[in-house]
Amino acid sequence: MNGMEKKGNRNVLIKSVIALAAIILGYVAVYYMMEGGILSRQMTSLIPRIGINIILAVSLSITVGFLGELSLGHAGFMAIGAYASAIFTTQAAGLPGFLSFVFALIIGGVMAALFGVLTGIPVLRLRGDYLAIVTLAFTEIIRSVINTMSITGGAMGLSSIPEYANYTWIYIFGILTILVAVNLKKSRHGRAILSVRENYVAAEAMGIPVTKFKILAFTVAAFFAGIAGALYAHTYSVLRPGNFDYNKSIDILIFVVLGGMGNIPGTIVATILLTYLPEKFREFGDYRMLTYALALIIIMLLNSGEMKEKIKGFFRKIVPQGKVKPKKLQEKKGEH
Amino acid sequence: MEFIEQLINGLRSGSIFALIAIGYTMVYGIAKMINFAHGDIIMVGAYSLYIFIAKVNLPPVVAVILTMLVCTILGITIEKVAYKPLRKAPSLAVLITAIGVSYLLQSLALLIFKATPIPFSSFIEVPALQIGKITISGITIVTFLVTTVCMILLTLFINRTKIGSAMRAVSEDKQAAQLMGINVNRTISITFAIGSMLAAIAGILFISQYTSLRPTLGTLPGIKAFVAAVFGGIGSIPGAMLGGLLLGVIESLSKAYISTELADAIVFGILVLVLLVKPSGLLGKNRIEKV
Amino acid sequence: MALLEVKNLGISFGGLRAVDQVNFSIKEGQLYGLIGPNGAGKTTLFNLLTGVYQPTDGSIMLQDKLLNGKKPAQINRAGIARTFQNIRLFKKMTVLDNVKVALHNQVHYSLFATLFKLPSYWKKEKEMDKMALDILKVFDLEGQASVLAANLPYGKQRKLEIARALATNPKLLLLDEPAAGMNPNETEELMQTIRLVRDRYKITILLIEHDMKLVTGICEEILVLNFGMELAKGTPSEVLNNPEVITAYLGE
Repeated sequence: MNGMEKKGNRNVLIKSVIALAAIILGYVAVYYMMEGGILSRQMTSLIPRIGINIILAVSLSITVGFLGELSLGHAGFMAIGAYASAIFTTQAAGLPGFLSFVFALIIGGVMAALFGVLTGIPVLRLRGDYLAIVTLAFTEIIRSVINTMSITGGAMGLSSIPEYANYTWIYIFGILTILVAVNLKKSRHGRAILSVRENYVAAEAMGIPVTKFKILAFTVAAFFAGIAGALYAHTYSVLRPGNFDYNKSIDILIFVVLGGMGNIPGTIVATILLTYLPEKFREFGDYRMLTYALALIIIMLLNSGEMKEKIKGFFRKIVPQGKVKPKKLQEKKGEH
Repeated sequence: MEFIEQLINGLRSGSIFALIAIGYTMVYGIAKMINFAHGDIIMVGAYSLYIFIAKVNLPPVVAVILTMLVCTILGITIEKVAYKPLRKAPSLAVLITAIGVSYLLQSLALLIFKATPIPFSSFIEVPALQIGKITISGITIVTFLVTTVCMILLTLFINRTKIGSAMRAVSEDKQAAQLMGINVNRTISITFAIGSMLAAIAGILFISQYTSLRPTLGTLPGIKAFVAAVFGGIGSIPGAMLGGLLLGVIESLSKAYISTELADAIVFGILVLVLLVKPSGLLGKNRIEKV
Repeated sequence: MALLEVKNLGISFGGLRAVDQVNFSIKEGQLYGLIGPNGAGKTTLFNLLTGVYQPTDGSIMLQDKLLNGKKPAQINRAGIARTFQNIRLFKKMTVLDNVKVALHNQVHYSLFATLFKLPSYWKKEKEMDKMALDILKVFDLEGQASVLAANLPYGKQRKLEIARALATNPKLLLLDEPAAGMNPNETEELMQTIRLVRDRYKITILLIEHDMKLVTGICEEILVLNFGMELAKGTPSEVLNNPEVITAYLGE
């Protein structure tokens, strides 16, 4: 028994070392691709945006993918993080840059999380699909409030925010977000969240404090949206209320849905592709929204049980019986 | 005097909210889903009216009827294509599809009509009414008349016709209704048709008042009407009417006496408050969930 | 001492009395049966006992603690677990994870340990795996631990529901028609498992079942409901010989 435990511990250690190596290798690889001119200038300039979008998409996965609730307020939480952090760094001029930015990130994340709790409490203790509409309303309110306040620069927005953020910062927080999401999924807290998505009534009957875990998932997601906002503000140094509208929330939702709702690697790939492709094919810019809208509808329809059966039936007709190996299919499904 | 004028303004926009809210509430009652695309039907209605009147030069009555027809067909089509295959899917899937449909309508409008607002002059030429010092505009009078007629007709339809009682049965218990021989699919289609027709009327009244067309014009009235539906008790038609009127008045009074910028925030504050204090709304029933 | 004491329990939905004036008490370690025709209020009674519905009147006491007004999750933590008539598994989670969800309140580690995978995370997760597999073994499900619950055959899904409820370490286990849809052989095997579970985990079981023969074979005491009210109560033979019960089941 003792020997096995030791072996188990060693496995954990090896896994952790490999993960750490991969993280560092990833950082160095992207760094050299940017510096060494392997990536085009266009792509290099997109790297921060991709990183910030990954933070947004992975964190939204926690709400939409794990918890199974639809939030349309991710851009709103990002706005809070962006403005709160930018106001801090522009006002607190005395602090050294590094320290000021660390505080700004914490302020951005915590403020967004705070608003997450405030919007989450009235909605998440209820059953029903109120979260989508409340978060949508929330984004609109945030935008109109930012538009009218003087400290946020009103409709003019904020400018000359110090450019503290860079590739390294974004990479660190990107990895942190991914780790949190991945670790959460395979833990007692994550399982509680997933069980709420799977069957609310059964989760309650198994002693899971459902409301608590709904609010937890929603708040963690809001926190990282706030961090993403802070990184955004200190990368581009300019903020406008229009940066954080409904369309931004939908963009993030598309990353999550195309990535497979709760599938973190899938979400990351989808985010990279969907941030890069519209830049690459700017001439089709007008059709981007249309494509996204169709993608949302089609993916949902294809995922539904009814359509799946129809498609399966169709393939059964063209593929002769016996060629499909059901056993392998089952194993694949079992992985999850 | 100003108070009364604001009250009348509020009742006018409130009756438009009520028309839209009825669509939300009926669909929610019967299909148990929030039809996010409902607000965008208003937008489609407004643009259709613009095309029929300003581009094709049809007489107003014909244009109005055609607009209602367009929206009704659109509503039925959306339900058939996007929502019907998802009847048994988790509500998250339905919700995301509905967002997709809403986004699709907006992006189509953006592609066809571009983002620049298009001016539209109202075709309603009813003289204003002067009572003492209070002036009631022609559009306001028409809005009141139209919504009152719509609500009376709808109430009669729901309570006096066979289809109406089928609708009530399906919203009470879908499975039982099916066992009683009610065609559930057809009932749901009719619900979407009626909701969309009312949204078309709301769109026509809305655009006659605000006279400027944008692809996103349906979003805000849509959300507010949803707030009205929750306020009145989601699933309840009289609740939607009451909620709409109250919300219009609250919005108008807060614009006049508190702040124009914060009026929207106040409206959404009401949503949060209702959800906190009485989630079943003013006239809604407490539903017991079957386990 | 009575483990569960139900007094004058009743609930109305609108004008309908779904459960009315129900009294019974279950002793520790008992296997108690709840029977009655369709719509007699059996599942409603379960929903009252587990906090899904709040009673309009009467009281529910578990080991002298009042359960009225408590939420389902609190009642589970107080020691009552249940299964559902229409299976409610976490379908897109594995069989093992279904049970591990139910271990939520048995094995604890902090959110901080989760997010940074601290040693306590690994240690406690291992402990959870072992506990979950032990329970799955009782139901002969350990071989399918990594299968998605949705992909289990029907009979095994029913068993998993019981395993999951058991994992919350209840004092009282409520089983809502555990043998529904099973063939006689499967039913017989399940009944033996239920008896085994009771003896091995030293718990008390309250069981809804349609099959009279079955209930009378396994239960030590039985409550018969009809139209939400108590029709008869007592040992299987007392209940079986009660003329009112015979009428209710066979009609006039």
